[in-house]
Amino acid sequence: MSETEYLKDAEEREEDIVIRAIDVKRHYHGMDGNVTKALDGISLDVLRGEYLSIMGPSGSGKSTLFNMIGGIDSPTEGMVFIDEIDVAQLDSYELAWLRCHKIGYIFQSYNILPVLTALENVTLPMVFAGNSPSEAREKGMAILETVGLGDRALHRPFEMSGGQQQRVAVGRAIANDPVIILADEPTANLDVHTGEEIIELLNKLRDERGITIISATHDMKMLDVSTRILWIRDGKVQRLEERKNLNIEIGRIESE
Amino acid sequence: MMPKQDVIPEQTAVSWPIVMSVSMAGMRRRFSRAMITMVGVVLAIAFLCYMLLNETFVQSMIAEGSDDLNILLQNANVDILSGGGTDQMTVLLIGLTLLTSLVGIINAMLMAVTERVREIGTLKCLGATDQFVVRTYFVESAVQGVCGSALGMVLGLVVSMVVNLKTYGWFALKTFPAGGVVVALLVSLGAGAVLSVVAAIIPAYMAARKQPVEALRVEE
Repeated sequence: MSETEYLKDAEEREEDIVIRAIDVKRHYHGMDGNVTKALDGISLDVLRGEYLSIMGPSGSGKSTLFNMIGGIDSPTEGMVFIDEIDVAQLDSYELAWLRCHKIGYIFQSYNILPVLTALENVTLPMVFAGNSPSEAREKGMAILETVGLGDRALHRPFEMSGGQQQRVAVGRAIANDPVIILADEPTANLDVHTGEEIIELLNKLRDERGITIISATHDMKMLDVSTRILWIRDGKVQRLEERKNLNIEIGRIESE
Repeated sequence: MMPKQDVIPEQTAVSWPIVMSVSMAGMRRRFSRAMITMVGVVLAIAFLCYMLLNETFVQSMIAEGSDDLNILLQNANVDILSGGGTDQMTVLLIGLTLLTSLVGIINAMLMAVTERVREIGTLKCLGATDQFVVRTYFVESAVQGVCGSALGMVLGLVVSMVVNLKTYGWFALKTFPAGGVVVALLVSLGAGAVLSVVAAIIPAYMAARKQPVEALRVEE
């Protein structure tokens, strides 16, 4: 299907699409002239308010796709729309704006800025968005309450456990009311119980605020709460399945 | 679905206080290294300040024209006829010292960039612009430079006073060239500030070029 056809097709449909990837390719040129096709033509629609999990072995292009739909990498060919904005046409300032306002990132290793307190970490994106410090503080406190760290606002990262740090990261991700939260293996460094709490928190945010959550994960608990699961292999979509059609048990996945 | 690019507003700068707090946080975290960098600046500027002060002192004493003082000056190997001007060798030495200190700051700042790649990536994911990143590095370097220069200035002044009092006794106070001293101090401070800002150019540029993808790197 050509791009114009695809766009027309989308207008006819009434679904609320947050991210649309159209035939996305990403090639890396090696030193010796080899071309690595990290992504080899992926088309994908992500609906508003859904919980999409991306799976795939390392080297499958999973991270590349993840970066692509997160506005932190741009495709060699094809188009990516994030909340109706064509990512390929943005300059570096506009990309920064997009990342600031539309997307919240959660990382495997938390990436909380050390030295800054929990509150400062949460307010930083708001400051980048141009909010006044007092506004940001007020909203930051409310967010910390939401993620269950109301009493730890002035603690610094080294005084917090991994789970608490990841909560700060979740708070930071939702600071500017993003449309999408991108979570890169958010539970990989946490124990099972803490991981579950983070998953619950993400799910709560999805229910209450309608935030779309996209995560790269191998955690069965995360797959369990997903709306859809996408398998990537060799830069292509291997399989895209709705959660309700899958039978997930801890330790294995089966198609019914 | 038409692209709606126009929702993105014009570029606005993040206010300086925020830039300050982020770069201060960076320095506090690596306080000992910031200190070592600063010591380099302190020594270079102290040397520059000492040389400048000595020259003003000597010139002011030559202008005094007292015989007793001239004997002291001759004992101190000062060429009275040429006006006590600093020779080329000394100028070269000062230049080299400043250059060494410049390279030192550049090195330290580059390390700070490589060490903080993930942090820069994270900041960019949160919506930091290139301009913001550049500014934080300039502020960091400038703070180190200005603090270092101020300390170096004081150190240079103290050493120069001690040496001059020891060599020329009360003449050093009698002919105290207040105006010249102030100029020498200001020149030292300015040199330090310029040095640190120049040193930050390359590291800040490198930091701004780092991509947000770096934030996703997992540390081994």
